[in-house]
Amino acid sequence: MKVTILEVIKNSQTIDIPLYSSSVQAGFPSPADDYIEAKIDLNKHIIKRPAATFFARANGSSMMQIGILDGDLMVVDRSVKPEQGAVVIALIDGEMTCKILDKHRKRLLSANDQFPPIAIADEAELFIEGVVTHSLRYHYVRIS
Amino acid sequence: MYALVDANSFYASCEQVFRPELRDQPVVVLSNNDGCIVARSRAAKALKIPDLQPYFKIKPFLAKHQVHVFSSNYELYADLSSRVVSVLEEFAPQLEVYSIDESFLCFDGLSVDWRAYGLQIKQRIWRDVRMPVCVGMGQTKTLAKLANHIAKKSAKLKGVCVLHAGNNWDAVFKKLPVETIWGVGRRLAKRLNRLHIYSVYDLKVANAKHIRHQFGVTLERTVAELNGERCVNIDTQPSNKKQIYSTRSFGQKVQQLSDLQQAISQYASTAAVKLRKQNSVVKTIVVFIQTSRFIDDAYSNTITIALPHATNDTRTIIAAAKQGVSRLYRPGLAYAKAGIGLVEIDDATSVQLNFFSQYQSTKSLKLMEVVDKLNCQQKQVFFASSGINPFWRMRRQLKSPSYTTDIQEIPMIKIS
Repeated sequence: MKVTILEVIKNSQTIDIPLYSSSVQAGFPSPADDYIEAKIDLNKHIIKRPAATFFARANGSSMMQIGILDGDLMVVDRSVKPEQGAVVIALIDGEMTCKILDKHRKRLLSANDQFPPIAIADEAELFIEGVVTHSLRYHYVRIS
Repeated sequence: MYALVDANSFYASCEQVFRPELRDQPVVVLSNNDGCIVARSRAAKALKIPDLQPYFKIKPFLAKHQVHVFSSNYELYADLSSRVVSVLEEFAPQLEVYSIDESFLCFDGLSVDWRAYGLQIKQRIWRDVRMPVCVGMGQTKTLAKLANHIAKKSAKLKGVCVLHAGNNWDAVFKKLPVETIWGVGRRLAKRLNRLHIYSVYDLKVANAKHIRHQFGVTLERTVAELNGERCVNIDTQPSNKKQIYSTRSFGQKVQQLSDLQQAISQYASTAAVKLRKQNSVVKTIVVFIQTSRFIDDAYSNTITIALPHATNDTRTIIAAAKQGVSRLYRPGLAYAKAGIGLVEIDDATSVQLNFFSQYQSTKSLKLMEVVDKLNCQQKQVFFASSGINPFWRMRRQLKSPSYTTDIQEIPMIKIS
C-alpha cells in the first residue's frame, strides 16, 4: 500500500505538516506547545540526495504487478547502487524504460507476464540511469 | 590546491541528460530568439559546425547531418548547474561558482592523491547528474584554469589534469599560446607578442617588474600565479553587482510605442528583482532601443535618467523607463531590441539611514517584499504594464521540456 501526496512535488518546496497543534488562548499555556518542534517533511523522506534525484512519469503497464501503473510518478535516484532485484530505469536502445534488475541471471524483468525478460550484457550498470526508490499515485480523482 | 571544474559543452550536455539516446549524437543549442549556435556537443564539433554561426545560414547543413537542434532552455540549465554545484560542495570546504558551468574549488587543509581525487569528482558528477566535466588542478586559480584547458585538449588525461607543484611543466607551457591564460585576451596577447611573449612559458619567466610597468598590476599577478604564488583568492561570497542590465532581442520586430513600453516594463521588473535580491537601491538608469543594424534607416539611441531618489521600487523604475522609451521612440521604425541598465547602484543599508527612507516609504518597501515573496512561491504577481504573454517575447521554438522544474514536463518513461 502506498500513500501518495502529489502536491508536495508540485510545489517542490517544503510542506510542513505539524505533528501537534493547539490554538493558544491567553492565560493558560497549552502543555503540548513544548512539543511542537517536529514536522514531517515528505520531501526529506523521499529524496535522500536532491542533486541526484529526478521525477519521471510512467507510461505503460509492464510494471503493474509491482504496483507501478500507467500515469504514476516515479522518484529516481541516480546515486543509489542498483542491487539485485532493484527497480531501475534502464536504457534499452538508448531509451529509458523501467525494469527489475536481475543481476544474477543478467536480465531485465518486467512485472507483467505479457512482457518477456530482456538479456543484458556484462556491464549492466552502464545501462542503468537510476534506481526507482518510490512511486506515487494520485487517488483522490482517478484519471486513467 | 585549487581546482577548476568545468562542464563540457554545458548547454548541449544538459540537453542530453534526459535524452540518453542523444549522448553520442550531434546536438547544438541556439542563443536567444534562436539566433545562432552557442553550444555544440562533441559529435557536433566533429562535424566541424562552427561556433556562433547564425542558425538560418547553417540550417540546411544541420538538417543534412541530422543534427538535433534546441532553443536555450534556461530553466533546465540553471537547475542542472545547481545540482553540479551541490555535488561539488561535498568535495571541497570552499567553493566559488564562477559561471553557470564553472566552479573553483579550494582544498586548503586537504592532502590526498590529487589525480585520483579529480577522477572521483568527475565520476561522481557523471553518476549523480549525468554531466561530463573536466577537472584542472594547480597551486593557484590561474594554474587550475590552465590545467583545465589542458585536460580538455588532451584525450589521454581522461578529463583530469593536475599541475603538481614539484613538477616542471615548462615543456607543456612552451607549447601553449599566451592567450590560453586566464585573463589574457586576444588584444593583450597581441601586445605581448610584440614583446616576444608568445607562449605561457614566455609569460611565466617574464620580468615581473617589467610586466607591471607595461601592463599593470593585474598581469603582474598573473605572472606570479603562473609561478605558483597565490594572488587571486577564492571568492565564496560573490560581491554585489555594480550594474544590472536586462536587455533582450524581440521575438518579432516591434513598431508601437505601447509594445516597446510593455517590453521595457518587463525588463525593468526583472532588473528590479535582481536589485532587491542583493539588497541595493538604484539612483540612475539607462534605457536604450534599437532597430536592426543591417537596415538602411538603422536607429539606435540611449537615454540616461536620474531617478527622483534612490529606490528599489519596481513601480518607480518602470515609470522612469517608460518615460525614457517615449523620449527615444521614433514612429515608423521596426525595433529589434530594447534594454534597461541600472547603472548607479548603492547598498540599501548604507543609504537607508540618511535620505533613502525619507523618500521611499516603508509602505513601498513592504510591498516589494511581498511581491518578491509571492513570485518566489510561483504565485506570479507582475506589474500590469508588462503585459500578459506578449508577442515580442523571446522565441524558443525548439525548447526541450523543463524536465526538472515543471511537474507537467517531467520525463515520460515508456514501460510497455
